Amino acid sequence: MTRRRLPEWFLLLLPAIIVIAAVVLIPLIFSFYSSFTPYKLTRPSTLWKWVGTYNYEKILSDVKFWAAFGRTILFLTIALNLELMLGLGIALLVNKVTWGQRGIRTMLMFPMMFSPILVGFQFKFIFNDNIGLVNNIIQSVGFADVALPWLVDGKLAMFSILFAEIWMSTSVFAILILAGLFAIPRDPLEAAKVDGCTPWQSFRHITLPFLMPFIFIAMTIRSLDVARAYDIVQIMTGGGPARRTELLWTLMSRTGYVDARMGLANAMGYVSILLSILFTIYFFHKLSAARAELGMTG
Amino acid sequence: MANVTLDTVDKFYGKHQAVHGISLDIADQEFVVLVGPSGCGKSTTLRMIAGLEDISGGTISIGDRVVNDLPPRERNISMVFQNYALYPHMTVGENLGFSLKIAKMPDAEIASAVNEAAQILGLDELIDRKPAELSGGQRQRVAMGRAIVRHPEVFLFDEPLSNLDAKLRTQMRVEIKKLHKKVASTIIYVTHDQVEAMTLADRIVLMRDGHIVQVGTPLELFNKPVDVFVATFIGSPPMNILDGVVRGDQIQLTDDLAIKIPSDARGLVQDGQAIKFGFRADNLTPKGHGVSDEGEIATIDLEVSLAEPLGTETLLFAEIGGVEVQAKMLNPRSVKPGETLSFQLMLDKCHIFDADTGAAIRG
Ligand SMILES: Nc1ncnc2c1ncn2[C@@H]1O[C@H](COP(=O)(O)OP(=O)(O)OP(=O)(O)O)[C@@H](O)[C@H]1O
Ligand SMILES: [Mg+2]
Repeated sequence: MTRRRLPEWFLLLLPAIIVIAAVVLIPLIFSFYSSFTPYKLTRPSTLWKWVGTYNYEKILSDVKFWAAFGRTILFLTIALNLELMLGLGIALLVNKVTWGQRGIRTMLMFPMMFSPILVGFQFKFIFNDNIGLVNNIIQSVGFADVALPWLVDGKLAMFSILFAEIWMSTSVFAILILAGLFAIPRDPLEAAKVDGCTPWQSFRHITLPFLMPFIFIAMTIRSLDVARAYDIVQIMTGGGPARRTELLWTLMSRTGYVDARMGLANAMGYVSILLSILFTIYFFHKLSAARAELGMTG
Repeated sequence: MANVTLDTVDKFYGKHQAVHGISLDIADQEFVVLVGPSGCGKSTTLRMIAGLEDISGGTISIGDRVVNDLPPRERNISMVFQNYALYPHMTVGENLGFSLKIAKMPDAEIASAVNEAAQILGLDELIDRKPAELSGGQRQRVAMGRAIVRHPEVFLFDEPLSNLDAKLRTQMRVEIKKLHKKVASTIIYVTHDQVEAMTLADRIVLMRDGHIVQVGTPLELFNKPVDVFVATFIGSPPMNILDGVVRGDQIQLTDDLAIKIPSDARGLVQDGQAIKFGFRADNLTPKGHGVSDEGEIATIDLEVSLAEPLGTETLLFAEIGGVEVQAKMLNPRSVKPGETLSFQLMLDKCHIFDADTGAAIRG
């Protein structure tokens, strides 16, 4: 009697397959399945009730969802663009520094070392309307004599969150762009000088095209992990007051864990994953284009 | 008019001095080649003229303007870099037209200037390619094209041919020479290859350790080197140099070989003075295989240790007093190692140098 043996390559890959299945695949399938059920955490039996696309229909006609969706896109757009501009500026300045550059480079990394939760608490304190640093300064300098409601007013709260997010993540751009600046060959820049370029023209026509791949790498990474902003938003405002800073992530976690409507939350998750994927594909596409532009292959 | 003048120009990198007070007058439309061994400061000098490197001391003028403090874009120069320095994200056409676009020339004029340059350099077919899709020689030509579209007053070349293979190098050398005739601009060309220097230059500037050693036409440097360094650097194979001592009207090279002092050095050396005696392979020829028998000739019997046939001539290696020397055999016949031949040395073409300073002793 011969026992059929599994092929060797499969056996060798098995541990990896099991780990990936346990960590990624099963939660993925489970959450995807549950987005078609009225699954409530408080009533497990609801998991077995199939409601088709009901959750999705509900989301797509939900004003609150679309408000959060739009706010998230706005948030992403503003945050990524400002981070890019600031990061680019910082990188260009640091690149000019000839003395103590290593130290500055290390310092640039500091914001990335903090847990987002700490950053959230930090800025929650800084922007607090009674005891916060910002209001204290404003009042003692005399710009205003009333306390500004940094975390309460809708627009100001959005600004505060953006500020914290940008403070924490600009260095990702700065460091990647700095790496790009280091990688630029000197010759084309010198050729440009001889060809008549002013410093601005050299930057515009030579440096920037060389930096584009690095910028898009940073964009791709950031568009993927900008979801970390959940911590900051959750700590600083919790999406409130009255949903004025509600982003997809806070809306989802509220729906899932506070209202316990996991099925609905998962459906939201899949809609927003779509958003994330689109951003990533877009930037990745731009990255390949920028690399092809420079004659890099692959 | 674009003559270029360097007046006691220094370059310091921190404490290290790379260029020591060099002065040089380059005439309008002259083709000057800076040549010298690696690290002698050729590139540094060129880059100071281009404005890519600060000038630590002295002045550089282009035309009548002192350009020390002008950025490169205001010097009306173009430069061809050793590794081409093309813009990788632009097509050949865009590379060629970039400087014109920066100068805000109308598109139609740019197009015609680019076409003209592309035609001169045979780049017509490549105009839409990116640099990554070109061969080394083609990139080289794009780099030259980029330099010529602007009709600058001065062209600067920094070892433009050193990345090409030997055959292409010879070919491009001819093209550069032709180009110079066509564009009628001043050209300053850096190379460490003395053959390139000899074939291209109106005048050669030979540098060593940040100093100019000799300036002159290729033939002046070849025939009248100011010292041993120039003598051995210019010409191929390098000049043979032997140690010798003056004895009366003769130079004692080895115990049993004494040669009459060449006529142009007579009276300039003293009895007992130590000297270096130099002659080129072309002037040491086996009897019957040389150019002519005119002038003063010394006859030496030497045992050939190696023969290198080159076709129209054969290089012969032999030893005089333990020092290897090279000789040339014209209309060659085959020579076996170990064969002893009678050589003729043309005394009028020999050189005498001071043994200590290396400076030429010549009337
Ligand atoms: N940026 C720099 N910093 C410090 N020293 C330098 C710098 N550039 C060149 N040097 C030094 O200056 C001297 C001249 O260098 P340069 O590049 O002009 O030589 P070169 O004649 O062009 O040699 P090669 O034929 O190898 O190109 C060298 O000793 C070199 O080490
Ligand atoms: Mg050099």
